[in-house]
Amino acid sequence: MIEVRNLTKHYGDKKAVNDISFTVEDGEILGFLGPNGAGKSTTMNMLTGYISSTSGQVLINGTDILEDPIKAKACIGYLPEIPPLYLDMTVKSYLNFVFDLKKCKLPRRSHLRDVLKLCKIDDVENRLIKNLSKGYKQRVGLAQALIGNPPVLILDEPTVGLDPKQMVEIRTLIKKLGKNHTVILSSHILSEIQMVCDRVIIINHGVVAANDTATRLSEKVSTDHRIIVRMEGERVAILQAIRALDGIKYVRADMEREPGIWEYEIEAEPGRDIRRDINRLARENEWNILMLKTMEMTLEDIFLKITMGEHIELGKGAAK
Amino acid sequence: MGAIYRREIGAFFTSSIAYVFLSVFYIITGFFFFLVNLGNSSADLSFVCLTMFIISILLIPLLTMRLFSEEKKQRTEQGLLTAPVPLTSIVLGKYFAALTVYAIAASIMFLYGVMLSLFGTVAWLTLLSNFIALLFVGAAFIAVGLFISALTENQVVAAIGGVASLLAFLLVHFAASLVGNYASLGWLQSILNFLSFYSRYYEFTCGIFNLSSVLFFVSVAVLFNFFTVRVFEKRRWS
Ligand SMILES: Nc1ncnc2c1ncn2[C@@H]1O[C@H](COP(=O)(O)OP(=O)(O)O)[C@@H](O)[C@H]1O
Ligand SMILES: [Mg+2]
Repeated sequence: MIEVRNLTKHYGDKKAVNDISFTVEDGEILGFLGPNGAGKSTTMNMLTGYISSTSGQVLINGTDILEDPIKAKACIGYLPEIPPLYLDMTVKSYLNFVFDLKKCKLPRRSHLRDVLKLCKIDDVENRLIKNLSKGYKQRVGLAQALIGNPPVLILDEPTVGLDPKQMVEIRTLIKKLGKNHTVILSSHILSEIQMVCDRVIIINHGVVAANDTATRLSEKVSTDHRIIVRMEGERVAILQAIRALDGIKYVRADMEREPGIWEYEIEAEPGRDIRRDINRLARENEWNILMLKTMEMTLEDIFLKITMGEHIELGKGAAK
Repeated sequence: MGAIYRREIGAFFTSSIAYVFLSVFYIITGFFFFLVNLGNSSADLSFVCLTMFIISILLIPLLTMRLFSEEKKQRTEQGLLTAPVPLTSIVLGKYFAALTVYAIAASIMFLYGVMLSLFGTVAWLTLLSNFIALLFVGAAFIAVGLFISALTENQVVAAIGGVASLLAFLLVHFAASLVGNYASLGWLQSILNFLSFYSRYYEFTCGIFNLSSVLFFVSVAVLFNFFTVRVFEKRRWS
């Protein structure tokens, strides 16, 4: 279990992390979501004892990281933002080094074999790390975190810079690891966090903006009620028909994408999924739908939404 | 400590720094050995020992320059500093790796001794005390070089800084003799003499084994390794 209490880090005048508190239960995968410069890496560096906090406390399985760093660090496998790889070593000799460095007590050969297999790097074990692709390097970085089988894994943006296929592989692996590890994973990609994590902490400008289960967050930021449709048919008629639907907040058609084909931006009331209604309209009027997609929510939208939501709740509280 | 020591020894040889260090060390001392000892049929190794001392100043930074600066630059230090090991053992692991390569270099002295013994008698005891002195001087110099490597992430800066600091230790000796011209500055001269690596080492080449000098070298080594540990503690808290 990881307990973080009022963690704060100042760099000079700058507050990189400001009064963050949360706990991660055993066997939970916690997602740390925030844009660049939010303070994700700084927090993780404090959790792993790489840097000290200005104030606040970090307990790893009950051990204070600053009071008994050796004991606390022994529980953690850390993959920093830039994996700490010695480029002139082979994968195998590097992992052997990490094994010795962590004073690992497990049977060496079988443990290394397991880790190599799990991270799918057994085919490159004798290659120099500098000759590996970015995806392989990242997996070697993950492998060094797994050496010694620590109960807590802290992974700082493990999929950054990977191609989509590699991203999926790493996510699947993390999900698998989450079954018997406590994991903290940071990312600036919403969908990644939704896919992998049980619980999400959204952090911006060094403060926690939201701390919720992944499902509840998904509901909050669901965008099924905001869609873009490209439809063939008479523009005015289409606009009228859509406006006539239940619970439409606005609809507009600003762009003629192809001759006679306009793109319609539609927002319905939150929670109302209008995709089927649009389809039905098209069928009835013999309009052709050439494209339909939900509007992606950017991180910025999410922050706006979440902070606005908080204001509303605050307002309610004050009214009581 | 063992893991870091073994990795560094490996890195010294795969990066060929060890080969460069050893070959330059052997070529220069070998040159003076042939010139002074074999050329003049002299069994007195003191001059060769002095050249070893001087080139140590120029070559030791080559050994120490990358030890910490490269870790910082490649961000590998994050792996070391978040591993469940004390800072001291990280610093000492690297320190003893460099000292080992240095000891391999310095032990060439015994080969020179054996070669001389073919032609005449060799003062083995003096040679041994010379070797020990050289080892302890190196121990102090390496600690200084390692400390400087911990201050920067640029190898070249670490190397130049290392040579400059070690030269400063040598200059203390000349400053002492300069100050000696003024009777009123006697106190300063004794301080400078106390700090002079050169005059302390010179005694050994003359066959005098001075235990207090050995202690002096060891203290400098301990002090600078302590400073290196402090650099990392301080950086973590900044
Ligand atoms: N060593 C440092 N010195 C000064 N400022 C820093 C340092 N490290 C990070 N920061 C600042 O702290 C903030 C948080 O950075 P970081 O934790 O790296 O964000 P993230 O990982 O979420 O992208 C940023 O504004 C960054 O500029
Ligand atoms: Mg970061």
